[in-house]
Amino acid sequence: MNFLAAIGAAVLGLLAAIGRVTHFAVETISHLARPPWYPREFGSQILHIGYFSLPVVGLTTIFTGGALALQIFAGGSRFSAEAVVPQIVAIGMVRELGPVLVGLMIAARVTSSVAAEIATMKVTEQIDALVTLSTNPMKYLTLPRVLAATLVMPALVAVGDVIGIMGGYLVGVNRLGFNAATYIKNTVDFLEPLDIVSSLTKGAVFGFIAALMGCYFGMRSGRGAQGVGRATKGSVVAASVLILAANFILTELFFAV
Amino acid sequence: MIELNDVHKAFGQNQVLRGVNLVVSKGESMVIIGGSGTGKSVAVKCVLGLISADKGQVTVEGEDVTRLKQGSAERDAFLARFGMLFQGGALFDSLPVWQNVTFRLLRGSLKRPWDEARGIATEKLRRVGLTPDVADLYPAELSGGMQKRVGLARAIAAEPEIIFFDEPTTGLDPIMAGVINDLIREIVVEMGATAVTITHDMTSVRAIADKVAMLHGGKIRWTGPVTNLDDSGDPYVEQFITGSAEGPIETVR
Repeated sequence: MNFLAAIGAAVLGLLAAIGRVTHFAVETISHLARPPWYPREFGSQILHIGYFSLPVVGLTTIFTGGALALQIFAGGSRFSAEAVVPQIVAIGMVRELGPVLVGLMIAARVTSSVAAEIATMKVTEQIDALVTLSTNPMKYLTLPRVLAATLVMPALVAVGDVIGIMGGYLVGVNRLGFNAATYIKNTVDFLEPLDIVSSLTKGAVFGFIAALMGCYFGMRSGRGAQGVGRATKGSVVAASVLILAANFILTELFFAV
Repeated sequence: MIELNDVHKAFGQNQVLRGVNLVVSKGESMVIIGGSGTGKSVAVKCVLGLISADKGQVTVEGEDVTRLKQGSAERDAFLARFGMLFQGGALFDSLPVWQNVTFRLLRGSLKRPWDEARGIATEKLRRVGLTPDVADLYPAELSGGMQKRVGLARAIAAEPEIIFFDEPTTGLDPIMAGVINDLIREIVVEMGATAVTITHDMTSVRAIADKVAMLHGGKIRWTGPVTNLDDSGDPYVEQFITGSAEGPIETVR
């Protein structure tokens, strides 16, 4: 009986958490339609989430693209299919690895910093101070971050896709002996508009999830340094898991046979 | 006038406020004293709506605060009448000092042009004894005393009718604490504002208060003019102001 009660409590807890996150997301989105808005904050977040994430996105995807080319070449050679390296690198990066890797790196870099920043603001009464200064924290802190992440992530994913393909190109041409022009032609010819649309859509969804989780856990942070630590850890874990789950659902929606 | 009628608040099993009744008249400087964890800050946060009371009524000039909806224009207008100095300053780390001071004046219904707000910030900083070169520093670059002063400048920047001071001298050396006490008293008198201060620093109480209320056991034990504080006749107040370990207030050693 205790076992069943434990399962029941866990399920109820999960449902309650889903409800709280959904309510938080809906409230965040609803502020899009209700002024005041804070364009300066939004601009600042575009810079922080977008521009300053470019190095980590570039480094992550270039190495992954290169490794992918090596793996496909080695794997393909088992059934004489080495020539498909440009096509598989392109499709692998654009459809899956680009958005997922960029999403996870943003979860590590942005979700953690947003959660830690907002949690610290809560612990040090800065959130209360915002309220007493007639400023809604959801409008001033949450909406600009979530909106900025949702809008810049497609751009970051596009950059990641291109750099990842370039990583594969560099390895393919310099290490595996592919012809440069042929490599590029095969890549461009093989990609379809749906591949790119799915990549950018995934980016937007992952950006929304990453920023929303950072804000949600930050706003619900407990007291003290331990509270901030828990909020940060929880936000990154939740964002990463949700990004991977959303990736599966979006892949199913876009490419299910 | 601020009125708290039978205000109750619990956090889980911990019943912090058990029926607080308090009246703060317009233009009066009320200081709430009491030990740590007795709910002084909770009572003030109930007035501001930062914490919802479980039971009871809070009114400001006859207006029931608890009925104001979060995020509504009425609540924004209500909050615009308040200034608050938080215990730790609660300055926004990401903004320079001058933008902290004029936060309310750079956005929302009280929005002013950038240059005008900057001028007001300089003036308010001067009022709390800080030079204009502090304006472009960030809060992390300031000492504790300077942060308190910036917090004070922010609290008065929009010239509020009611100002709350939460532990204004905690963590400051006696000289800086005296400076802050004098500043608070001067500003309250000069602005004619209603002030509510939370403290357990008796020097602050005597410097700032017109009236004193003692909160203990979740209720107001005693209230009266600061001039009557030493002759209150209440054993709790006497123990508190003398700092004695002997008396009705339990001490854990």
